[in-house]
Amino acid sequence: MTPKKSSPFPFRTMGRTLGGVSLSRRGLLSIAGLAGVSAAAAACGRGGPGDRNSNTIEVWTLQEQEQLEPLENAIARFNDSYDGGDGEDVTVEAVPVNQDNYSDQLQVAMGTNNRPDIFFNWGGGSIRRYVEQDLLVDLTPYLEEDTAWRDSWLPSVLNAGQINGRYYGIPLRGMQPVLLFYNQTMFQEMGQQPPATYDDLVNLVNFFTGQGIQPVALAGLDAWTELMWLEYLVDRIGGAEVFQAIADGEEGAWGHPAILQALQSIRELVDAGAFGTNFSSVAWTSGGADTLFASGEAAMHLMGTWEYTNQLNDNPDFARNDLAYANFPQVSGGAGDPAAVVGNPTNYFSVTRSSNNVEAAVEFLRQQMSSDEYVGELIEAGDVPAVADLTERLQSAPNAEFAIAVYEMVQQAPTFTLSWDQALEPDVAELMLDCLQEVFNGDRTPEEFVEELSNA
Amino acid sequence: MAAATAEGADRASRPNGLWILPAALMFGLFAGLPLLVVVGLSFTSWDGIGSIEFIGLDNWSRAIRDEQIYDSLWISVLLTVLTWVIQTPLSLLLGVWAAGRQRNRAVLSAIFFLPLLLSTAAIALVWGVLLDPNFGLAAKVGPYIGFPDGNMIGSTNSALLCIVVVLSWQFIPFHTLLYQAATRQIPQMLYDAAVIDGANRVQQFFRITLPQLRNTIVTSSVLMIVGSLTYFETVLIITRGGPGDATNVLPYYMYQRAFQSYEMGYASTLAAFLVLLGTALSLIIVRFSGYSKMRSTLEGM
Repeated sequence: MTPKKSSPFPFRTMGRTLGGVSLSRRGLLSIAGLAGVSAAAAACGRGGPGDRNSNTIEVWTLQEQEQLEPLENAIARFNDSYDGGDGEDVTVEAVPVNQDNYSDQLQVAMGTNNRPDIFFNWGGGSIRRYVEQDLLVDLTPYLEEDTAWRDSWLPSVLNAGQINGRYYGIPLRGMQPVLLFYNQTMFQEMGQQPPATYDDLVNLVNFFTGQGIQPVALAGLDAWTELMWLEYLVDRIGGAEVFQAIADGEEGAWGHPAILQALQSIRELVDAGAFGTNFSSVAWTSGGADTLFASGEAAMHLMGTWEYTNQLNDNPDFARNDLAYANFPQVSGGAGDPAAVVGNPTNYFSVTRSSNNVEAAVEFLRQQMSSDEYVGELIEAGDVPAVADLTERLQSAPNAEFAIAVYEMVQQAPTFTLSWDQALEPDVAELMLDCLQEVFNGDRTPEEFVEELSNA
Repeated sequence: MAAATAEGADRASRPNGLWILPAALMFGLFAGLPLLVVVGLSFTSWDGIGSIEFIGLDNWSRAIRDEQIYDSLWISVLLTVLTWVIQTPLSLLLGVWAAGRQRNRAVLSAIFFLPLLLSTAAIALVWGVLLDPNFGLAAKVGPYIGFPDGNMIGSTNSALLCIVVVLSWQFIPFHTLLYQAATRQIPQMLYDAAVIDGANRVQQFFRITLPQLRNTIVTSSVLMIVGSLTYFETVLIITRGGPGDATNVLPYYMYQRAFQSYEMGYASTLAAFLVLLGTALSLIIVRFSGYSKMRSTLEGM
């Protein structure tokens, strides 16, 4: 269930959104008046074709306060200033969708004539099928024509949104590489250093288990948290090419020795007690791993940058005083570049071809997504936008040190590997997550994992 | 359960066929029609957005070879048997107890029936938090029931049991309600006669109450067994079908195929298979329990 990644805690955000300012006009309408079947249809389909105004540009986004506020401000600015030219006034409207079933709802809507005009997505595997069905606007000509617009983005991140060498997505928010977070107070008190190599990591695991502290928090009920370990270990052992070959569908790519070695390292860590004994019952969505980490019962947590924002919201003292971060350790003898990162390059907005207002929709993205105001609000909200030359502006960020560290980390990274479960075809990703979970739980050997996926 | 009315219907005057029209329309529109669409889709290949392609029996022959279906079917059967074995005796005893007219029973029954008011998703979310091994109830209670580290939903053997417990907590009140109502229908004179004959309470229960509840047991079992083929939200929210595939019941597998792999055609095949299975099961139960031959539990009175 990859979508949860970009913003965990569905309960929290749901409550906040309902209680806050962001109930959409349509949401209020359907609560207020519409009865029976039509209300139900409006609730699931986000409005039937009947209530669709041809001058409205619907922007589907996640129901998440941090993201919604800057977006709605950008929309307000656009609606105030934009003039369609031929006297037609186009209005952009945000449609927040509950993230738990965003992908399902999007999939259903894309199959009808009632598609959103602009929609939030994760790039890669999340839109490849829509591209193949020719449903999305190819943004390449727009970006080639307006090179200033193209160059306003970090190239590695904009390129990560390419499908078959063409651009279909415009970055809309911060970059989310995966970092090794650790409790610096605990490390200092016990005279330990964050791990620079895999061997350091194993030593730390033995040290902390000896102290009665769980070395690493892991929400093993949600297999994508376990995938981060495999992604980084494979990257460090074999380099980014190993997964690139898998993503490209090359024959025998799963059989690369780096995959097996990474899985064996995972077994070594599990057996050494790195994740405690009950990690397989810990759910990410209810905050089980975060709380374990913040309460000082676990020393490290491998997670995306959103961990920092979450901790800042939920455990502010811990985030300010104890939380620190490091690059994933290097593996001695490994072929990978220790500066390479994995995770979510960013999230993207794509435009559907069936929109009545393609030009206005693209213009909205052009004017607003890299605008000073929008980028400024993202920075204020703690995001690290994928916009070029940002180091100076990030000085004013609320957590400038963290933001600049993340920004420079991505800037310097030779490769930014998209999370595997989002890069792969959905059914392969599903099988991979199931099998990986079984490897972590000891129900499947690394060799069986390789065999199963090679045959898939 | 249509068979129940077919044979042995008495000759008392019945309203004519027109009376079923509203119900038939509702059923046709919201159950019959979608069912036909699903059966149609089961012969196609469709990813939900592209064109629908007719592929004949390919989905069905694929289903026969799909090992995951057999695994999921086995898990579904296990889940069905476990929920029935746990729920039936508990709700029967609770129902009979709650049928008493004492005030304390009325108050306690009202409390027991509370889960009936909650949605499945809400129940699953709450239990998901309770089952957290470090901060939930699982951490506190686990050590006393053989899970020293609270690792219940994450281990292959106990994950399914957790689902069974949550489902039982959710559905026992409903079945208790059925038994309560049915027990109250049993004529008092049967018990009076039994007392004169010198029967004690246990004998009364086994000789009068239980036989008189026979129809209710069949009804409740059909609902339980056929219903257990549709348990889905609980699995989705609490275990996501895991660990690995340990709680991947058939409806969840269907969801995975439809909404994670976007194979709407194949998912429709699974849906159609579930409909066939459910219909067959309820027909078999009704047939072999002799339900259709009984005109009334009060027969012979």
